[in-house]
Amino acid sequence: MTSVLSRSLNRHALAFLAALAVIAVVVPVLNLAVPETSAFHVPTYAVALIGKYLCFALLAVSIDLIWGYCGILSLGHGAFFALGGYAMGMYLMRQIGDRGVYGDPVLPDFMVFLNWGELPWYWYGFDQFWFACLMVLVVPGLLAFVFGWFAFRSRVTGVYLSIITQALTYALMLAFFRNNMGFGGNNGLTDFKDLLGFDLQSDETRAGLLIASCVALATGFLICRAIVTSRFGKVIVAIRDAESRTRFLGYRVEAYKLFVFTLSACLAGVAGALYVPQVGIINPSEFAPANSIEAVIWVAVGGRGTLVGPAIGAALVNFAKTWLTGSFPEIWLFVLGGLFVVVTLFLPKGIMGLAGTLRGALSRFRLKAGGVAVGEPSTKAAE
Amino acid sequence: MNGQAINTILYLDNVSVSFDGFKALNGLSLLIEPGEMRAIIGPNGAGKTTMMDVVTGKTRPDQGDILFDSNVDLTRLDEAAIAELGIGRKFQKPTVFDHHTVCDNIELALANDRRARTQLLGELTPEQTERVDEVLNTIRLSGHAGELAANLSHGQKQWLEIGMLLAQDPKLLLVDEPAAGMTDAETAETAKLLRQISQNHSVIVVEHDMAFVRDLDVKVTVLHEGSVLAEGSLDTVSKDERVVESYLGR
Amino acid sequence: MIVIRRFQLIALALLPLVALVLTPPSAAHADTLDALVQKLASGGFSARAKVVDELAATGDERVSAVLEALQGGDLFTRKSDKRVFITRSAGDELTLVDPISGQQAGTAPKSALKKIRVNNRLRRAIRAALGSLTLLNPDPAKRLAAAEAVFKSRDANALAALDTAIAKETNAGVKRALEEARAAALLYSDAPETEKIRAIAVLQTRGDRDALALLLGLAGAGKDAGAVAEVATSSAAVIERNLAAWNTVQNIIYGVSLGSVLLLAAIGLAITFGVMGVINMAHGEMVMLGAYTTFTVQEIIRLSAPELFDYSLFFALPLAFMIAGAVGIAIERGIIRWLYGRPLETLLATWGLSLILQQAIRSIYGPTNREVGNPSWMAGSLEVGSLTLTYNRLWIIVFSIAVFAVLLLILKHTRFGLQVRAVTQNREMAGSMGIRTGRVDALTFGLGSGIAGIAGVALSQIDNVSPNLGQAYIIDSFMVVVFGGVGNLWGTLVGAMTLGIANKFLEPFTGAVLGKILVLVMIILFIQKRPRGLFALKGRAVEA
Repeated sequence: MTSVLSRSLNRHALAFLAALAVIAVVVPVLNLAVPETSAFHVPTYAVALIGKYLCFALLAVSIDLIWGYCGILSLGHGAFFALGGYAMGMYLMRQIGDRGVYGDPVLPDFMVFLNWGELPWYWYGFDQFWFACLMVLVVPGLLAFVFGWFAFRSRVTGVYLSIITQALTYALMLAFFRNNMGFGGNNGLTDFKDLLGFDLQSDETRAGLLIASCVALATGFLICRAIVTSRFGKVIVAIRDAESRTRFLGYRVEAYKLFVFTLSACLAGVAGALYVPQVGIINPSEFAPANSIEAVIWVAVGGRGTLVGPAIGAALVNFAKTWLTGSFPEIWLFVLGGLFVVVTLFLPKGIMGLAGTLRGALSRFRLKAGGVAVGEPSTKAAE
Repeated sequence: MNGQAINTILYLDNVSVSFDGFKALNGLSLLIEPGEMRAIIGPNGAGKTTMMDVVTGKTRPDQGDILFDSNVDLTRLDEAAIAELGIGRKFQKPTVFDHHTVCDNIELALANDRRARTQLLGELTPEQTERVDEVLNTIRLSGHAGELAANLSHGQKQWLEIGMLLAQDPKLLLVDEPAAGMTDAETAETAKLLRQISQNHSVIVVEHDMAFVRDLDVKVTVLHEGSVLAEGSLDTVSKDERVVESYLGR
Repeated sequence: MIVIRRFQLIALALLPLVALVLTPPSAAHADTLDALVQKLASGGFSARAKVVDELAATGDERVSAVLEALQGGDLFTRKSDKRVFITRSAGDELTLVDPISGQQAGTAPKSALKKIRVNNRLRRAIRAALGSLTLLNPDPAKRLAAAEAVFKSRDANALAALDTAIAKETNAGVKRALEEARAAALLYSDAPETEKIRAIAVLQTRGDRDALALLLGLAGAGKDAGAVAEVATSSAAVIERNLAAWNTVQNIIYGVSLGSVLLLAAIGLAITFGVMGVINMAHGEMVMLGAYTTFTVQEIIRLSAPELFDYSLFFALPLAFMIAGAVGIAIERGIIRWLYGRPLETLLATWGLSLILQQAIRSIYGPTNREVGNPSWMAGSLEVGSLTLTYNRLWIIVFSIAVFAVLLLILKHTRFGLQVRAVTQNREMAGSMGIRTGRVDALTFGLGSGIAGIAGVALSQIDNVSPNLGQAYIIDSFMVVVFGGVGNLWGTLVGAMTLGIANKFLEPFTGAVLGKILVLVMIILFIQKRPRGLFALKGRAVEA
């Protein structure tokens, strides 16, 4: 166990975890303990925003695990994110109880509105938090497992896989838009009141959710690090680089792919589950193929195959999105579109690659000056 | 079971494969004895690579039997299962894992439990580490153990791939044009390496380079249009009129 | 049989000149009519209903005006002399019109008049009366409509009027409609069994959904003697079979129509993705560019030469091809060629481009739908049996097949096509034989994009032109290409038609959205089975 930890934690990983710890401590303190008049006060909306970025970062890490390390480009990961979100949303809906507009103790408002007589069977159990948490993992995981089992066994790879994952999320979007699916149609699930008895509007709950997001991201990151630094990790990189060669060496490629794909979907589900209480709504537009592709660009911007990079990329791109859609809404899509083009053409390794190049140049400079370059053997798989 | 299959490492009987009407293999029959090294030659399109594909499970034959070790039906197994049985393959174009170090490449090929579960938690045993070093020595790449495979020269990549096959320790090796793109010196070295390997493995070598085949000094099978045209020593087959004709064209 | 009848009906509707000459009403007749109308002023609702029936029985043309006024609450009696007038509002006063002569008879304040009231039962009687009256209208189209109205109401009271009308009718189409109406009314009257059975035969010949509903109602009612119900049941079965057959034909034709739209959207993709192996996520935006080109061309024509409007598409087609093609070549030279061999990166970069193109169009033309007009030769529809096919859909079927054929010819029989196929099959070999592969790539990509552009011209005729137009088609297009198999145009054709028809066959059972979901799921499953599509290339080269 200690060996797993020690090989998982390189300098980047440690720095990343330290940064998360700082966010988890400092942001809530600056929000709750520092008076609003102070220049150091972090407003509540910013807490929610940072929490949202952390969820996106976890989604990006989950995509990086399969794309960066195993070469599976999923254009439908938003589906797993949204399914996790819906599972959490269903719990939050049940928590509303009779405080809804129609005051029905069991049925959510939209079901009363649609004249539904009773709760559909698949809503059973979601009044229990533990059950909802289980479903956050099981539903995306199961879908990914079934989908992956078919796809990987039939050796659907490359762009074909990308296209059918896109079709998958598109089909789910259409399905969730239907009122009679029992998930609130195009309005989705919203008007949440509280989570485990804590008022979702209160600053303390928001701070708690932010900390939970930090913990989830840190845990997800560590799981991915442990995997990619293991012998298993070497095999998935081998699959990425020469799939059939790996197969001829006797590895069951589909089993490896299925494992990472399912795990990645579960992580995306957790990210979605934490996202929903922080933004207060989940609706079918989360399934839109465009969302999934946008999440892929976070990974590319950060630098795929680095795990740290995608998390940073997610935060950066979304910060830019928040800022630009607020201040210059017309140019946001130009910027996003431009990012796709520029990153794929000029920055194939993303920000992390850029940083590596700069550091390399710097250390060569130091070497000339008599310093020693520091090698980084444990990131070799990531390049 | 067919009596002929007894005491063979590989047994192909009347194997046919067609792609959209084109018969890549046409009633191919071939026997390889345990411990034997066999060279397979033939003009382009003779079916050499397709033969390797059907043996390793990449392509399913339309008809015919393929038996490994006298009794295992290969036509029902997939690549991974066939590899685990002990059939290794080296591709025409060297395919090594570019983003792994030379050492990791060998490690990945090392004969051990291939299941995802064990790979996730397992570590190498000291014996396995030793074995990796041994292979690195054999393929003369000890000095490059920590380098990325992508940075190797073409010839070094070919050797690395052969090294991976050694680490895999298969009963039967299929080697596709090992000397392609090599310098003369490297070619001679490769032939030496293969002869060394064949001392305790069965090997099938597909090759164009006649000098190389002569260096190997083994029994030769000539393929033409998907079936066996001639078999015997290189000298015998090169005197065969049909062989000459098939190489020169009509 | 049915087909011919329908055509006659259309011809009839289009030629109202074939009018029936009615004898002008005599003066004596007018007197009795007037007396009848005056009767409306007195008595209770049931007495008035009787008068309405009597009025209808006169078959006089002038009665309808009176009945319509009664229905609309415009029929009043003057308190002073109890005379009945049709009134029109004129300021505070009401203008009085004589109900028979139609001449103005001065004005009167509302207080001097009393409205003739109607209740629901009376309203029904008026409706039926009006129905049977229009049966004698000189305009055949009106008579036809009236016959249909009676058919739907199945009013047994109209039987007498129908008999009169049938006797007078000279137009075969209207006559048949009248007879059907009579049969319908008869079945719901207390006519003898034999007559009813004859009526059922008439309805069976009509054979549409209304006739079926009517017969099924009869078969299920059970109030009649067994024989009628039995005959109705068997006739209904015959109609159902016929309708099912028509339904299948309709699904196929609508499916082919949807399929040809998909084919248009996907065929450019089949070239760039199928032949070149390049994933162009901005393909949908090439379609959108074509649609906006059409819009722009139409705007210019509308402003400068409106008489050319009908020819606007002929200007738009080459322009759209050139614009989308040029943009395509620019994309290939600027971006895609740097990414050959890295399909996933190509996918992302072109997706980025699609966002940029969408936003650019949104900035220039605004985010809302733009209206693109149909030229007159594409407006209207063709009726075949119980099908209605709009001409623009039919033109698109023809157009997409033409585009497909031309493309096939280009790839099979031109030097350019030969080069394209050579580069596709073996890039290095083609290069070493002196084919400038870079140029071929750019031109192929331009061709695929240009075809997307002309697809946009076609789609602008049936769909909303908005910056999101391309997004709506991109997933479907990929599905078509992937399903049909890469590298084979015939596969694209079969794929598009299969998906179109499958969609239309599923829709009635599942609804449009669920049908689409099912088709997507089926393709996802199908790809598992045949990862390379229906018409996949096999062999060693595929995985290289």
